Amino acid sequence: MIATLAMPSIHYLVIVPVLIFFGASLFLLIASAMWRRAVPTSFTTVVTVLAAAATLVVTYFQWRDLDHHGVTTTVAHAVVLDGFSVVATAIIAVAVALAALVAHDWARREGVRGPEYQILALASTAGAILMTQANDLIVIFLGLEILSLGLYVLVAIDRRKVESAEASLKYFILGGFASAIFIYGAALLYGATGSTNISTISYFLGSNVLLRPGLLVAGGALVLVGFAFKIAAVPFHMWSPDVYEGAPTPVTGFMASIVKVGAFAALMRVVISGLGTQLATWRPILWGLVVLTTVVGATLAVPQRNAKRLLAYSSINHAGFILIGVWAGTARGAAATLFYLATYAPTVVATFAILTVMGGLGDERHSLESYRGLARRQPWLGASLAVLLLSQLGAPLTTGFYAKYAVLAAAIDANGVALALIALLSAAIAASFYLRWTVVLYAESDDEFEATRVVVPRASAVVIGVGVVLTLLFGVWPGPLATLAQHATLYFIP
Amino acid sequence: MHSSLWLGALIVLPLVGAMVAMIVRRRPGASYVVAVGFATLEVVVSLVVALLYSSHVTNAGTFDFVSRRVVSAPLGLAYDVALDGVSLLMVVLTALVLWLSLLGGRDRRREPAFVSWLLILTGLTMGAFVSHDVLEFFVFFELTLVPCYFIISGWGGRERSRAALKFFLYTFSASAFLLIGILYMGFAYQHQHPTSGLTFAYGALSSTAMSHPVAVWLFVGFALAFGAKAPIWPLHTWSPLTYAEAPTAGSIELSALLAKLGSYGLLRFAVGLLPAAQVSVRPYVLTLAVIGILYGSILACVAKDLKRFVAYSSLAQMSFITLGIMSGSTIGVTGAVLLMFNHGIITIGFFLIIGFLERRRSSIQIADFTGLQGPAPVMSALFTIAMLASIGLPGLSGFVSEYLILIGTFTTHAWWSAVAALGVLASAVYLLWAYQRVFHGRAEGANAQVADASGGERWVLVPVVVLIVVLGVFPKPVLDRITPSVHNFVTQVATAGAFK
Repeated sequence: MIATLAMPSIHYLVIVPVLIFFGASLFLLIASAMWRRAVPTSFTTVVTVLAAAATLVVTYFQWRDLDHHGVTTTVAHAVVLDGFSVVATAIIAVAVALAALVAHDWARREGVRGPEYQILALASTAGAILMTQANDLIVIFLGLEILSLGLYVLVAIDRRKVESAEASLKYFILGGFASAIFIYGAALLYGATGSTNISTISYFLGSNVLLRPGLLVAGGALVLVGFAFKIAAVPFHMWSPDVYEGAPTPVTGFMASIVKVGAFAALMRVVISGLGTQLATWRPILWGLVVLTTVVGATLAVPQRNAKRLLAYSSINHAGFILIGVWAGTARGAAATLFYLATYAPTVVATFAILTVMGGLGDERHSLESYRGLARRQPWLGASLAVLLLSQLGAPLTTGFYAKYAVLAAAIDANGVALALIALLSAAIAASFYLRWTVVLYAESDDEFEATRVVVPRASAVVIGVGVVLTLLFGVWPGPLATLAQHATLYFIP
Repeated sequence: MHSSLWLGALIVLPLVGAMVAMIVRRRPGASYVVAVGFATLEVVVSLVVALLYSSHVTNAGTFDFVSRRVVSAPLGLAYDVALDGVSLLMVVLTALVLWLSLLGGRDRRREPAFVSWLLILTGLTMGAFVSHDVLEFFVFFELTLVPCYFIISGWGGRERSRAALKFFLYTFSASAFLLIGILYMGFAYQHQHPTSGLTFAYGALSSTAMSHPVAVWLFVGFALAFGAKAPIWPLHTWSPLTYAEAPTAGSIELSALLAKLGSYGLLRFAVGLLPAAQVSVRPYVLTLAVIGILYGSILACVAKDLKRFVAYSSLAQMSFITLGIMSGSTIGVTGAVLLMFNHGIITIGFFLIIGFLERRRSSIQIADFTGLQGPAPVMSALFTIAMLASIGLPGLSGFVSEYLILIGTFTTHAWWSAVAALGVLASAVYLLWAYQRVFHGRAEGANAQVADASGGERWVLVPVVVLIVVLGVFPKPVLDRITPSVHNFVTQVATAGAFK
């Protein structure tokens, strides 16, 4: 008996970004096998940056396509082209290019040879982009796994470091659990609604009343737990400080930006598109998650003395803020989430670029004390870090302010005054450690830490510069970015 | 109607000055000259604006220099400036504070950065005072924290980090309530007017219909934010430490200027936007103000160092301002606005003289001083003038404003006014007693060696003394500019409050 496999029609423009990153990854893999000598680090970096640039160009054409034809789904409705996915893809592309440059300088300094880093990073990125486009729980799971598998290895890429191996193992085991929980939740959702396709789930829930919604609630909750793990929402955050600290610093930057964008994009789609009709059920759970994540993240960051651990908790706090947009579940909330991700990603990559530079040979100088007097020795580097920290604090005239403002506005628009107030007060707690760090930058340096100037390699300097310029430019002039975010959510698949 | 470019210039000039000061930072002393130059220019522009200002602009109430440009529609963000008599006075004060604190509070440690922060702070404060959009005001209001924080933590005394952090966290947390309140009003307005986009324009928000309990809650939130800044008792606990640890110029900026941002916000946004709630909250805030007056006066009596002394006396004076603002009468509000200006000028005088003493003795402990009248007669004379103005001696500026406040409050809330009048008496007690301890008696040891005010130091205080005397004897030009605006404001608030 001959079974025929029906090929679904494919609108290639939609999946080109994923193909570019997979292609670049494969290309490097094959090239490294075919090449007689070791592939030079600069070659792999150039390939990654070119892939990101090509993706940015493609997103431009995708946006034009959207303007002309509206939202498209393809590959049997499993992948979607909408404003949200296009903008999220563009954010990921920018962040990947920046992260690749940071990793380039790091790899040269540490003598980490070989193309593995960029191969894995490219593959992970393809997974993240797939998550932003996925319109099916299975595809989300695929994206999640592709993203995570690469990361498990990336965390341990510096084989000489015991901490990295420990962090990787921790991340791998807990990540495996989270994936299992997610896929179990997806199975329950399938049982409750009869489909894994998000549009179909949404349609089913919109046209039927579930008399016994237990299966649906259980499934949704498990899926939510899977996501909460990936975005490090409290109480599923335990891994993140250890992993952030143990991983090589550029990998930490990669995790803090690209993973967040991918996971939040998919989370938005599941909660707002798929389960949007049941928003009343999810809101109390999300409310609790937001409160815990913002408050615990900010509070636990205060006593930290290690810059990477501190930023880990700070990113937990930020994840809480981004979750507010999901909680709101409105168009404004979606736009705010997108705006937050677009501003947070470059800021955090640039911050970790500075941390990478400051880490010195061996990537070990990460105590806050080693930053004492940095701005006096190296005014530009110090001022850049100060700007990036103030942006994460949420000071006006930086993008961080408008990002927080946008999600809070979305919360209040959706009657979440108490939630907004709690989150904002957590930002006040967070302000204390950002400020303390900023003051250390400008303090007089002790003799204890010999006042050595750190060398800022050229690629890292570019990353830091781009991060600071974006932070200040859109901080003074947030109009275009806010309009883009709003425009993008108009093309959100219902 | 005059061009709003004047107000734009007021905001931008100091920021440009800060940039130029940083550019010339390699040449010793150059950035100070640049800063003084820009500060002088700022004073000139603010005076030109004061002369141009007209309180009768068609369709704009008493607002002049009006302009509104939407910056980002989805965020509801707009650049919206306007000036009325109240903000005009604050604009002039802002320019004067910068000028005088630069001239009198020169700090040679890392001077380029110091003067740049001062200039930036001035530009941002200007922005807050001329904002006619509530969100825009909040952005400027919040931004002023950053330069303040760096000035205190970079140039302050021994406990500067703690003081700066306390100051920042206090105001930052309190302003969270303000931001949430503003957003709530913006969305309430948008839901009532679905055709208009998200807007935070002052005129729009003041017409938002709200249930009374909601309005009261919003007022409480606003009052928290502004009360922490002003400060209103019991939200003042950051101020003594911060004033004492800040460098001279920092203390001046904080108490003469940024505190006014709190009272100004209370008047313009809390009272102006929530007139109905204001009526029911009024007795409570008035009570807090009266407590603040008495509490500040008592603590000023026992303060051990001169900066804490001024901090507590400022608490008393700022509580007078709160009293006037909440009195609900045109006379009381006029007095409050006038006292905002006068207290600023008098405080500059106090902190400058304290700064001069600190330079000579590297101490601000009251116990360390005695009998300075002998070696430093001019300085003690200047201190006397500031002191008498603060006590409210007829003929000096403090008298007019305190008198107006007490009369205005008496017409609406007689009992509160009667108790507050004790504060005037108390101010005489603590000021004269402090004066006696520092300047009277026999100067011995180091105190006998204290040099009198130098030529430069005398000249800096001349404008202060002139303003104290002129505004005491002939306040009419100033009153002419603020009264129409205040009258207009109070009438609107009263009708809206009674109507709802």
